[in-house]
Amino acid sequence: MTILQFLLWSLLKVAVVTVVMLLGVAYTVLLERKLVGRIQNRWGPSRVGPFGLLQPLVDGAKSFLKEDIIPTGVYRPLYLIAPMIALGCALISIAVVPFGEPVSVAGSPHLFQIADVNIGLLVILGVTSIGVYGIALAGWSSNNKYSLLGALRSSAQMVSYELALGLSLVGVVLRAGTFNLRLIVEQQSAQGMLSWNLFGGMQFVAFFIYLMAAYAETNRSPFDLPEAESELTGGYHTEYSSMKFAMFFMAEYANMITVGCVATLLFLGGWTSPFGDLIPPPQNIFVHSLFPIFWFVLKVFSFLFLYVWVRGTLPRFRYDQLMNFGWRWLMPLAILNIVATSLWLAYAKN
Amino acid sequence: MHLIFFIVFAGFCLAGAINLLLQSHPINSALSLIVVMTSLAVLYLLLGAEFLAIAQVIVYAGAIMVLFTFVVMLLNAGREDRTLGSRAALRIGFPAAVAILALIATVILHAQGLGVARLSDGITTTEELSAVLFTKLLLPFEVTSVLILIAIRGAVALASHDGSKAERTGDR
Repeated sequence: MTILQFLLWSLLKVAVVTVVMLLGVAYTVLLERKLVGRIQNRWGPSRVGPFGLLQPLVDGAKSFLKEDIIPTGVYRPLYLIAPMIALGCALISIAVVPFGEPVSVAGSPHLFQIADVNIGLLVILGVTSIGVYGIALAGWSSNNKYSLLGALRSSAQMVSYELALGLSLVGVVLRAGTFNLRLIVEQQSAQGMLSWNLFGGMQFVAFFIYLMAAYAETNRSPFDLPEAESELTGGYHTEYSSMKFAMFFMAEYANMITVGCVATLLFLGGWTSPFGDLIPPPQNIFVHSLFPIFWFVLKVFSFLFLYVWVRGTLPRFRYDQLMNFGWRWLMPLAILNIVATSLWLAYAKN
Repeated sequence: MHLIFFIVFAGFCLAGAINLLLQSHPINSALSLIVVMTSLAVLYLLLGAEFLAIAQVIVYAGAIMVLFTFVVMLLNAGREDRTLGSRAALRIGFPAAVAILALIATVILHAQGLGVARLSDGITTTEELSAVLFTKLLLPFEVTSVLILIAIRGAVALASHDGSKAERTGDR
């Protein structure tokens, strides 16, 4: 394969994945509004299109057409660049996620993954840690006390929970012996649900730590202190309007999807069927290659569903509770999980 | 291909470093430092050290620099005044810097057995790296971890106990 071919294939994959991701973001917003509506005993958006299905498109058009206000007191270069950093980092990390079995057509590279790298998992963590700057700079450059407080809370929260998040993944990496996301999934594919890291790998403690750290990492309720409306009138994006606000919004939901993808890949067996070989794989080649995608999307969807469910159910933490919980409970628990997993692996090896 | 990437990112790295010195606002300097660190990570990647590259991004660009920007944000440090510095620094500083760099360069160029690093497709995987780290270099590795532990303990001691006492006596 020449460099030109490689570039063309990569561009195509990037374009397709970006479009799908942005559509996913738009409809995750709708899913959230519908579900929270049902939880609070109301309908949610139901006017635009059947069941309100066209609502995201109208919302998008609205944020495009809104007046773009840049307050006079802001530090302009950083104010303008912050939403781009946030959205850019949110979209980049999906590049290493494998959506389906390795399939190639006519000499193409792996179709359902943009980049199959050895250190895929670390790339996701690295890009997420850069994404903090989007929020921090937005809050600082806005020159507004609410924005600054929101940004400080948010980056402190993200930095502290990144630790618990990273440590909770170590157990899985120890079991797999690799950072390559595709290999991690393939090792869980033997006996369907029983060989998933969540059940067969005994990583359920790690899974719950990951779940909670992921809520905090994406600034979602019950850890949504950075934008606590009653205290901060919106947090770090108070001074943003129009498309710039929409970019922060999209970044948040894109991060949710990425976090869901990582949970699916590491704990829920990725694209593999939960029933293993109980259901024989379909013979048709198209169905055969699209079936894994179905499972993958279903797993990510259930993760997003859980996200919204938690948001609709739990009240917000207090800031000291948040820090206590992260440092005094989640992190030691994650370290204990690493110790237990390594002991078990060493025992199993002998 | 590797050479093009090397030139581009080495350029980024140098531009970031120079910009760091020229900017008068602390937050711009901090951001330039992030550019330097991330382009350094790309250079590591070009040398085939993938784990080192991503560790550079996560640890330096992601964690340590966040603390830097934090401090700048919290202190709300404003624009700094530009001074020309003392005359002695101008006259002696530049030749001294050149001399030190020349000394380091000659030592490195003459040193034997440093190993060779080339721009190549070859990649040192994390498995190989950790095999060396946990067998051949186990003692230095563990000693370093003890060192870091001592540093953490020291920081906690300074921040919690003695620091508050000194503050109280200072108030009186």
